Amino acid sequence: MIIKILGSGCKKCVTLGENAKAAAEAAGKQAEIVKVTDIAQIAAYGLMSTPGLVIDEKLVSGGKMLTVQEIEKLL
Amino acid sequence: MNIFGWLNDQLLRMQWLSDLVTAGVSAAGLDPASRLGGSVQFFVYDVVKIFILLAVLIFTISYVQSFFPPERTRRILGGRSGIWANVLAALLGTITPFCSCSSIPIFIGFTAAGLPLAITFSFLISSPLVDLASVILLASIFNWPIALAYVVVGLVVAVVGGTLIGRAGMENQVAEFVRTVPVQDSDYAMTRAERLAFARDQVDEIVHRVWPYVLIGVGIGAVIHNWVPSDIITALLGQDKWWSVPVATLVGIPMYADIFGTLPIAEALVGKGVGLGTVLAFMMAVTALSLPSIIMLKRVVKTPLLMLFLAIVTCGILSIGFLFNAITHWFI
Repeated sequence: MIIKILGSGCKKCVTLGENAKAAAEAAGKQAEIVKVTDIAQIAAYGLMSTPGLVIDEKLVSGGKMLTVQEIEKLL
Repeated sequence: MNIFGWLNDQLLRMQWLSDLVTAGVSAAGLDPASRLGGSVQFFVYDVVKIFILLAVLIFTISYVQSFFPPERTRRILGGRSGIWANVLAALLGTITPFCSCSSIPIFIGFTAAGLPLAITFSFLISSPLVDLASVILLASIFNWPIALAYVVVGLVVAVVGGTLIGRAGMENQVAEFVRTVPVQDSDYAMTRAERLAFARDQVDEIVHRVWPYVLIGVGIGAVIHNWVPSDIITALLGQDKWWSVPVATLVGIPMYADIFGTLPIAEALVGKGVGLGTVLAFMMAVTALSLPSIIMLKRVVKTPLLMLFLAIVTCGILSIGFLFNAITHWFI
């Protein structure tokens, strides 16, 4: 699966990326983490507050910092 | 003695902290009336005060803001038009999250949902310019009349600016991709625990983001406060110098700092006899017209619209500067 982190490089986005990686590992899934920093691409998902989390091209969360456990549930 | 005045002095201006720091400076063997002692006093007192206020204010305000995510603001503003819609947009701009990095996604989200440019720009101008935290900090450093006047003129700039941009008929000056963005709506309501967690995260994030600016700002303020002779500053930026407002605005634009970092500089400059209008123009230029946000805006709007936006905001800031310099005696 592909997990995308949407955000223009703020601290929250970095942490969210780390949490997503940890969550994928904990869930035993092969996941590729992609950071999307381009405003145009971020907006293309309809997101208004960063950071956003996209799993397999589906926007699952926006404007929120998620913990490892929360991301695991979403996976 | 009036209770309100006392609360204002102790809680907001933190007179007790000033006294405590003065005592501490004396105990360390420095004379608080000397240059070095005075700089140390200014630096320690201002840094501690700003961080205490920041933490308390951001926590409280973020809790309020958690009731107004951009999606909800967009729903509230949807389908409205006319001057009152601009006023509402400007008011909502004051309670929506601080970070200027989120203003572009909000611009795209609003425009994609069909909100007119007039309303979107009223919101975008007021959002960085007037936020609750900076208003209370202004009240702490100067006084309440100045803080309230700042809010009023900030909102006027946002309403007038948005209205003028709407009149200019530049709806076609928005980057093409913006119109094709899907409109995501969420009616997810946070629980109280989530709001508290959100408020705590905001404090953490904002304090981490702004602390260098605060330290640099207070440092510059301390130097101005105690080392730079008043006559040099008034010769350059004195109230009787017509160029002081444009210079302050031009100097402020390329600077990227938080309003929290510019306040201590403003405080020191006013103490040296610089006009209130000049100082407010500087603060507004730093927050509303920073280079990084202009570069980001360039990605989503075409050059004529960007130029119009810059021209309107710059004119607004200059007018406010001249106005406040003319009526400073009402406030100080």
